[in-house]
Amino acid sequence: MNPTASSAREEILARIRAASGDAPSTDARIINRDYLAAHVETDLVDLLAENLTDYRARVYRAAAPADVAVIVAGLLHGPRLVVPDGVPDAWIPAEATALRDQPALDPATLDLTHAVLTGCALAIAETGTIVLDGGPGQGRRALTLVPDHHICVVRCPEQVVASIPQALPLLDPTRPQTWIAGPSATSDIELDRVEGVHGPRLLDVILLAARS
Amino acid sequence: MTGVYVGMPAFPTAARAATRNAQLRANLTRATHTIRDRRARAVAELEDWEGLRQAGKAIKDETLAHLDDYLLQLEAKVTEAGGTVHWARDADEANRIVTELIRATGGSDDQPHEVVKVKSMATQEIGLNEHLAAEGISAYETDLAELIVQLGDDLPSHILVPAIHKNRTEIRDIFRERMGEWGRPAPEGLTDTPADLAEAARLHLREKFLRAKVAVSGANFMVAETGTLVVLESEGNGRMCLTLPETLISVVGIEKIVPTWRDLEVFLQLLPRSSTAERMNPYTTMWTGTHEGDGPKQFHLVLLDNGRTQTLADEVGRQALRCIRCSACLNVCPVYERAGGHAYGSAYPGPIGAILTPQLRGTASELDASLPYASSLCGACFEACPVAIDIPEVLLHLRERVGREAKEHGGHRLERAAMKAATYAMTHPAVYRAAENAAVRARKLIPKKVPFGAGKAWTETRDLPELPEQTFRQWWKETHR
Ligand code: SF4
Repeated sequence: MNPTASSAREEILARIRAASGDAPSTDARIINRDYLAAHVETDLVDLLAENLTDYRARVYRAAAPADVAVIVAGLLHGPRLVVPDGVPDAWIPAEATALRDQPALDPATLDLTHAVLTGCALAIAETGTIVLDGGPGQGRRALTLVPDHHICVVRCPEQVVASIPQALPLLDPTRPQTWIAGPSATSDIELDRVEGVHGPRLLDVILLAARS
Repeated sequence: MTGVYVGMPAFPTAARAATRNAQLRANLTRATHTIRDRRARAVAELEDWEGLRQAGKAIKDETLAHLDDYLLQLEAKVTEAGGTVHWARDADEANRIVTELIRATGGSDDQPHEVVKVKSMATQEIGLNEHLAAEGISAYETDLAELIVQLGDDLPSHILVPAIHKNRTEIRDIFRERMGEWGRPAPEGLTDTPADLAEAARLHLREKFLRAKVAVSGANFMVAETGTLVVLESEGNGRMCLTLPETLISVVGIEKIVPTWRDLEVFLQLLPRSSTAERMNPYTTMWTGTHEGDGPKQFHLVLLDNGRTQTLADEVGRQALRCIRCSACLNVCPVYERAGGHAYGSAYPGPIGAILTPQLRGTASELDASLPYASSLCGACFEACPVAIDIPEVLLHLRERVGREAKEHGGHRLERAAMKAATYAMTHPAVYRAAENAAVRARKLIPKKVPFGAGKAWTETRDLPELPEQTFRQWWKETHR
């Protein structure tokens, strides 16, 4: 660290200490959390479906892994499908050309693919949100960003939680996270909502039933 | 290039010019009312909104009370996770640090330095784009509205929707005329439908995303406990910038900290609903330092003071540092609705700008001295604010300060600017009506003491100052006869 850099740090810290000198020195850092841990208790999968649809994701239900492959086949606009490690083979339709991320696909190649198929870390029903954390079946962040079509499978009900307060303790902050609520959108032009600017313009969510 | 806010006229002059522009007014009125109504619905969905709001306030007060501790904790965690932390006392220092970091990434004559940018209030505040341009570095704004503003040589006018003052036809014309100068031109026969315009932006920016080596961002939150940075967005341009380049430089105000990972549960509920009126914004990215095999290999965090510690030193004014930049206060403000965002002369328009800018910059200029008067004190901003910043209280406090300074320094100039701004706020009929009835409503909501958290200690020995009993008109009459 050069001298000016370290003095900037020391100076800012000193200014802060002088400025907040009237703050308590004790460790009573208790926040009154007078809010709910969740706003709903039941029918989380239905609520998730409803909220995802409300933000223009398309939602499908699969009773078994083989159904996933059939649904995916029907959704694809072309054969080139990015498939991160850990996606079960049963989800991949026979007619797709599965592109593995090994060696890592460069952005230009990703830009030429038709879709990406992933799982997720969890989903939040109340807000219609899917969380990816780079775990098995999710891949690195670029894989779900550059292709124009993201197909995401949520295992139900075990991956569905009610609320944000229930989701955070299950997530590891040291992992890179992407929270997704509907496809890319903008309201920048006269506040008219348009789906799809830079992220995937299509978000398809497949709710895969338990014990299947 | 995005313009800078230099030599801006004081608020009343700029506001009068803006109110004469019928198009601007029509755009603003429609937009603010639309967002306001949507937001009310999104907030009404949560029965515990007030509890979340009070928790948000308490968490931010706790952060501000022990800001030194939290910054050190954050620095340690970011460093541990492979990031590098820099400290900047002011705008110049921050701009210099960012420039050096960009230079250090290499580049050559045939490959000049360029960076992609995610919309960030902090970099607007320090005039980073202008500084980089002067250093020969092109900074491409990638948020659709910021792109419109940048291509149009314009200034943002709203925190959330910076191009709110432009309609679709104006935007199409800007795209047709200017995109070619910056990269891929607008498609032939571009229409003015929002979908077509968004598509044009997608095509124009995609090549830049795919080749970008360096990105510059801000952050909505930084978690001290874990070293995690959080960016909320809608379009995916944020994800592009935060994920694809090799180097990521984030410039973030020192007040953007929350102490714990758990604290995000409050702000991730408060911010989207207050801001875009959504249950959740389409994309939220969280990263902690660098991640092996995923995203940027270099991560630099530039912690920005630039007047924040000076703001922190003011017992009444420091609450402005709780702001999470949701823009709810703009959308309910009768003065903003008529004056437009440019009249406030800084990156921060509307009620929050009226209290934040004069504190960050001081009140030596006419513009900054006039800002605390750019309000009818109706209290709607306070009611809307998700972290319960008592904006009217801070406005009154700053008016007192401007008055005192004007006397001490014989600054009749400043006083005149201030009075003109007050006259402006008072003489606009709708502004005036709102002021008549709302202040009393707002007063009831102000607790005598801050009941918990760090604020408690700050106010333990004294009551919070009261809003005056009288209306703004009475106040004016009595003090300026
Ligand atoms: S002052 Fe409050 S309402 Fe205004 S932008 Fe900041 S957080 Fe939002």
